Amino acid sequence: MLSFDIVFAGIVNGLAAGAIYVLVAVGLTLIYGVLHIINFAHGSLLMLAMYAVFFLFARAGIDPYLALPGVAAASFVFGYALYRFLIGRFAHGKDENILLITLGLSIVIDNLALFFFTGDTQTIDVRHAGGIVEIGPAFVSRAKVIAFGAALALCAALGLYIARSDMGKAIRAVARERQGARLVGIDVEHVFAVSYGIGIACLGAAACLLMPSFYVSPSSGHAFVLIAFTTVVLGGMGSFLGALVGGFAIGITESLGGLFLGEQLGQIGISAIFILILLLRPTGLFGGRR
Amino acid sequence: MTWRVAASLSALAAAAALPVVLPSNYAVNVATMILFAAFLGQAWNIAGGFAGQTSFGHVVFFGTGAYASTILQLTFGWNPWIGWIAAAAAGGMVGLAIGALAFRAGLRGSYFALITLAFAEVFRILANSVGFTRGGLGMLITADARPENMQFKDPRWFYWIALGLVLASLALALWLKRSRFGARLAAIRENEDAARALGIDTFREKTLCLGISGAMAGAGGTFYAQKYLYIDPTIAYGVEKSVEMLLVTMIGGAGTVFGPLVGAAVLGGVGELTRAYATGQGLSLVVYGAILIAIVAWLPDGLIGLFARRAKRRDGGDA
Repeated sequence: MLSFDIVFAGIVNGLAAGAIYVLVAVGLTLIYGVLHIINFAHGSLLMLAMYAVFFLFARAGIDPYLALPGVAAASFVFGYALYRFLIGRFAHGKDENILLITLGLSIVIDNLALFFFTGDTQTIDVRHAGGIVEIGPAFVSRAKVIAFGAALALCAALGLYIARSDMGKAIRAVARERQGARLVGIDVEHVFAVSYGIGIACLGAAACLLMPSFYVSPSSGHAFVLIAFTTVVLGGMGSFLGALVGGFAIGITESLGGLFLGEQLGQIGISAIFILILLLRPTGLFGGRR
Repeated sequence: MTWRVAASLSALAAAAALPVVLPSNYAVNVATMILFAAFLGQAWNIAGGFAGQTSFGHVVFFGTGAYASTILQLTFGWNPWIGWIAAAAAGGMVGLAIGALAFRAGLRGSYFALITLAFAEVFRILANSVGFTRGGLGMLITADARPENMQFKDPRWFYWIALGLVLASLALALWLKRSRFGARLAAIRENEDAARALGIDTFREKTLCLGISGAMAGAGGTFYAQKYLYIDPTIAYGVEKSVEMLLVTMIGGAGTVFGPLVGAAVLGGVGELTRAYATGQGLSLVVYGAILIAIVAWLPDGLIGLFARRAKRRDGGDA
């Protein structure tokens, strides 16, 4: 039987990995909650942002943590434009079209990345994030501890923004009742694009927090997309608290799965959770009625 | 009507004679893979096009078929021709099982697409982990080029087998277009709630449809394994093949009889062109992705919709 120390370390490492999943999934759940669309390009856009962080560091020497506001802002603009000029315009209001368009986008982005950046994995070495933090019997890299804190902060900030700001109010109105929002004078298309932009901005932030402890390759997006969807579905589509709990739960599952089932079979946990949740409780843990 | 029969027969004769006039084995292989892509696309089309159940994980049936016949052949010494039938049965059963689970849970649209993707991922991880698939090492079929082993020295035989598969799938699609079963599937695609209100057992029809589609893709798996004599979890269950099946059909025209064939020909042509002009990997897929977006944006009926629209205008009706 495995000792307590090893299991404890597994849980701590799972929480650290889960923080990253939270960061990736928060944007996805916002996009789903408002637009009711499934953004299949989410992983690919994350990959793109990670390359941006990589090049900023490798070519210009910009620290990823200092780059965070800039990358997030640029991601917002990119996401806004992407929705306004491509996704929203071409989908003709059908959900499945959006799924196919975002699939097409992810194919284009992944393979352009493969073409320009080659299939090599890239890492950056940020010195002040390289240390190890000791938590009881477990060791976690400092970069992951920072990401953990940032994930909590980002969820709180996003929750506050949606709850308190005028734009947040408009976003909630559109999410609840599209036609009604239009009737009271809300520019629905603008709100959609803003929501998509915020979702992509979250990815930009996630990329900055991820890169110090992770690597990027053109297939990184694919690696994250199913995890992100599982997180969102587990927590309940559209729920920030759900994304938070879901991300941590999946991080722990993955870590303990690897511990008990071995490296290969351990990966099955994520897909299995995804299937079981969809089959048994499609609203997720924190999802309301639909 | 008679000119149609004549045209079909001459097209068929031309298709059958093609490998005799093609200049190289390479050209024969390209033509074979176009036909094979058209066949797999038609398998996807049965569920994704005719019944409107968009799947992102159709490779799960393909891979199951490929593994079924290969394991039967290598571990149990079955003849691959008989294994081929077992592969179709295995693919069909996985289709029925996934359909029963997903449709019983009421999953539709994007959710159905995502759960099929997750099922494919589960199968990939299992194939990577369990013993009887030999894990990540993959399974190598011993080369012994005799027709009774479903292996051929002359690559043209695979072309003719692929042509036969395409013809059979076209016949099935034509039948679906005209049968009551096909009409019920179309009703489900257009408006599932209305179809149920009309008394259609939507669960039964959709599950059956996924079973047929899965059996076709499973049969495709054996063809692939016998042609390349090697499969591994990434080939058998990787997302690339799922995407290819979807692309071929969506680009050609989902829910049409000849859509997958048109899509496969176009994608095959684009693939060869980009290979000729750029050495970099992945460039052809960039073009495919862009075409998919353009099709969704401007040609919801696919490339074949272009011809249909023109034909409609010529006939002056909206038949």
